Amino acid sequence: MVLTRMGDGSFVEMSEAEIRKEIEAGVAEGAKRAKCPPLTEDDMERLMEIICEPRKFVSVERGNELVLTYDSQPLKFTRLGLPIAMPQILQTYERALMADSLEMAYVHYSAKPVKMILPEEQYAVAETLLTTTPALLYGVMPNMPMYTKPDGPCENASELMPKGLIKEAQEAQLETAALLEDDLLLLGRNMYEAGADGLDFDTTAAGGDAEFYAVLRAVEKLREQYPKMNIEVGMSGEFILGFHGSLQYKGERLAGMYPHDQCRMVAAAGGSVVGAVVNTNTRKSFPWNIARSLTMCKYAAEVSPIPVHANVGMGVGGVPMQITPPIDCVSRASTAMAEIGKLDGL
Amino acid sequence: MAIVHSQASGMGGIRTAGDLVARMQLAKSMRLNDAKKFVADKLKVSLLDLTDEVTMREVREDLDIANVFMGYGAGSRGIEAKANISKLLELEINCVEKFKKKTGMLFK
Repeated sequence: MVLTRMGDGSFVEMSEAEIRKEIEAGVAEGAKRAKCPPLTEDDMERLMEIICEPRKFVSVERGNELVLTYDSQPLKFTRLGLPIAMPQILQTYERALMADSLEMAYVHYSAKPVKMILPEEQYAVAETLLTTTPALLYGVMPNMPMYTKPDGPCENASELMPKGLIKEAQEAQLETAALLEDDLLLLGRNMYEAGADGLDFDTTAAGGDAEFYAVLRAVEKLREQYPKMNIEVGMSGEFILGFHGSLQYKGERLAGMYPHDQCRMVAAAGGSVVGAVVNTNTRKSFPWNIARSLTMCKYAAEVSPIPVHANVGMGVGGVPMQITPPIDCVSRASTAMAEIGKLDGL
Repeated sequence: MAIVHSQASGMGGIRTAGDLVARMQLAKSMRLNDAKKFVADKLKVSLLDLTDEVTMREVREDLDIANVFMGYGAGSRGIEAKANISKLLELEINCVEKFKKKTGMLFK
């Protein structure tokens, strides 16, 4: 019997035959949802080996390593209650945690609050750049709902839609998206002027297709103004929620896009690297979740014109939904994404 | 989480050549294998050397592009190392360009 876990992190024992069935079911579900090819027999065999490996920790074979980018490095230390300033946290990532890249970010991690403390954030970026070596991105979540009532000036589409005010809800989202786009441009320009290598717009489209639209337009404008800016767009989910429903970018409807199409759109806007996300189902097993996630991410990496970094963390990329993600699952997901998914990074 | 990924599949950051490969992905949208080959060619090492901390410490010291040891007696660090990386990879690095502009320095 093999000891593995469920998507909520709890242990479960399965026979190898049961694990194979879970993998096949996860692959089939991923291929069906994203309308993409399934993993090959060889891929599933390799995934069996990775999952059934009896050791707690699994790693790639030498030569199969990939690049790591991050979402808000300072936040990870703040969460632990460690009173360390942001520049020192990034130095720690650089010299003690083997980080391939750095990401400065405000603890709230949303774009809107950073506006109020922009000079202080620029200082932290400029100060850190003097003493660190890897590329440094400034990261924010677009978090479009922060611009709607009661937190912001725009009408709240999720209150208008249940009343049947669909047109009004769509117009409110466009107004909200325009405010978000302005803020993303403001942050992008100011952080680049402070010396940052670029930006990471993380958890993009959590507010639906209008949020994705605002981010794509911001990326396009930043790319036009700063041709050499490093721009990463990390997505928030495997599926673009159609809160607006009709928004198009470069002639393509955004609602309903799965990772491979999301990656194409980010590339079309001028993004340098894109982060693909597949959500974890807590009621399904780890073998099912990682197989499903790999199916979508592998295809996204195959068709994307730019590097794809899969998001492999709490509740995404096959990893159980836990604030303390189990190392056995994270190391297996990490290894599988590199060796089976052929991702450019995580 | 960051520790698990760095041990399971990460390239190793400035302990090896991970930061250099990451730079080529982020700045030029190079796919992983292309970025690794580009960096290996520039460093004149093999692909496997890129993640070998023993080889890479010597290479990084020789090229003066910083590694994890930044105590007294260490070579270039931070912005100094990035100026050397910019020349090595023939890549404009935003903060290095700003440093040159602010100081009026022109690097050969």
